[in-house]
Amino acid sequence: MKKRQSTTEKRNLRNGLLFCSPVIVGLAVFTLYPMLASLYYSFCNYPMLKPPVWVGLTNYRVLIHDPVFYKSLSNTAYYAAFATPAGIVTAFLLAVLLNQKVRGMAIFRTMFFVPSIVPMVAGSVLWLWLLNPDYGLINTILRSMHLHAPGWLNDPATAKPALILMSVWGVGGWMLIYLAGLQDVPVDLYEAAEIDGAGPLQRMLHITIPFMSPHLFFTLVMGFIGAATYFTQAYVMTGGQGGPVDSTRFFSIYLFQNAFMYWKMGYACALAWILFVLILLFTLALFKTSARYVHYGGER
Amino acid sequence: MSTDNRRRPVRFATIITYVALVLFGTAFTLPFFWMVSTSLKPAARIQKFPPDIIPMRAVVVKVGGKTCEVYRQKDGSEVAVIEKIQGGAARVKPLSGPATPGRTISMDGLTPVIGPGCEWSNYSKGLVFIPFAAQLRNTLIISICCVIGTILSCSLVAYGLSKIDWKGRNTLFVIVLATMMLPAQVTMIPVFTIFVRLHWINSFLPLIVPSFLGTPFFIFLLRQFFMGIPRELSEAATLDGCSEFGIYRRIVMPLSKPALATVGLFTFMGAWNEFLGPLIYLLDETKYTLSLGLAMFTGQYGNEYGMLMAVSTVVTIPIIVLFFFTQRTFIQGMTMSGIKG
Repeated sequence: MKKRQSTTEKRNLRNGLLFCSPVIVGLAVFTLYPMLASLYYSFCNYPMLKPPVWVGLTNYRVLIHDPVFYKSLSNTAYYAAFATPAGIVTAFLLAVLLNQKVRGMAIFRTMFFVPSIVPMVAGSVLWLWLLNPDYGLINTILRSMHLHAPGWLNDPATAKPALILMSVWGVGGWMLIYLAGLQDVPVDLYEAAEIDGAGPLQRMLHITIPFMSPHLFFTLVMGFIGAATYFTQAYVMTGGQGGPVDSTRFFSIYLFQNAFMYWKMGYACALAWILFVLILLFTLALFKTSARYVHYGGER
Repeated sequence: MSTDNRRRPVRFATIITYVALVLFGTAFTLPFFWMVSTSLKPAARIQKFPPDIIPMRAVVVKVGGKTCEVYRQKDGSEVAVIEKIQGGAARVKPLSGPATPGRTISMDGLTPVIGPGCEWSNYSKGLVFIPFAAQLRNTLIISICCVIGTILSCSLVAYGLSKIDWKGRNTLFVIVLATMMLPAQVTMIPVFTIFVRLHWINSFLPLIVPSFLGTPFFIFLLRQFFMGIPRELSEAATLDGCSEFGIYRRIVMPLSKPALATVGLFTFMGAWNEFLGPLIYLLDETKYTLSLGLAMFTGQYGNEYGMLMAVSTVVTIPIIVLFFFTQRTFIQGMTMSGIKG
């Protein structure tokens, strides 16, 4: 009996490894090795065409004195600090509206969701046109209402807000996540609260938001990581330059430029590791503090 | 009386809800409308204020088999301009009143007549500027290969992580989960050097091969789904002498069609969307994907908004059509990813 147990165990181990072999190879070749290699390259001078040469901490020393590094870091922080909350608030509002048992709910849901599946490059090109300072739809509407028409992507002061505005258009995915969550909030809680005299605002604050906090937290983390690595839209809309006056040179853009335009692979790897460590620290901080504001209802 | 008091605020809230929904709905839909509308406007009528809401173009009539633009005279009557003559004059044919033969008048008093109509040339021109057919083919090849690779590899791995009890299974699962958090930027450069050494640059291989080695997020999704398949089914199959691979192929896979459809759909959309990979690995215009081709086209012809919108529309439509045909799979997948995360 014991022997049989161990042969089963052995067979299971063999089968398990066999079934998982794609991801084991994948992790080794496309994750583990690249991570170690990029850490090594970050201590090297590596102009791509020549083999890497160890230079110690030089890349990191250059980096501390690189004003563009700080600019790209602050651009990214700005984007993350505004785009993520703006997206969460808008998506949540839309989900709450859709959850009101209105007629035509499916039509509105489609209207809000479809922008989020528009291919990123096509969406960026479309917004480049909508945000055109002279003839774009947005400024046309603002002008017809006799409001100030900003220069959007032509003006360093409004370039990032323009990108944030565009990002809000694509929050449909989060909205669906919230909508599914809202439908799970027990109805009897609302009824009990109503009997106790709680108004709509109180019900929102004391029932809906606590119940939704796991969903909100999930999107906060995803939104933050997405914002920290924000690339495609900014690249397409500024032709890879990050202009005007570096106002949209986000961290990933600067990293890409160093790697594939200036061929400074070592320096780019140092940037990548800084980014990785920052994301890791920030995500850990979010998770550490999450116990205070995230309530996992019946799951715990 | 009391019911009246209760009903009133409810009705008011409903009105507010509808107003908000319609306002947001308009704001979210307007960009699409504007994309299509712009793509159908002639270049001369795109950059103007106030803009045409729906596409407008010069009105034309056929005069003796020749297409002629219609102009309005100062007195309000319309004429067809048969031929413009040097010196600011034109040979015209009046469109109202008795049919008189063509006469020559000055262009000064004439204004072009504009009416609703679509300018399709943005599509024909735009799709020639970017080698559209080649880029569509490239995008489809890459997307379909990625779908096959992802479904195969992720389902195998998910099976190994959910249906087989083996030492180290949970450790591997945690590692797979952890790599979901890893930003692509960290591994980007060494992965690039691997593909340089393999001489795979300017081929589709760097974009396709990794999908055959598993994608953490989809492994996670499928594992959760496989966990829900009753153990009794596979145990019965084992007693009948079915091998582990047989259970995977004959029992688990057929039962998981909805989850596999979600994974396939998301992979296809992801590959269709992908920008950074093609940007790094593809060098020739004829090897570009649609997304990369459109981005490069925008870099070169940033002001040709009619053509840009035409190409953007063409790149977007397949995805929207796909969405409408697979709505249920789609929405299930979206919510599945959120709740379990």
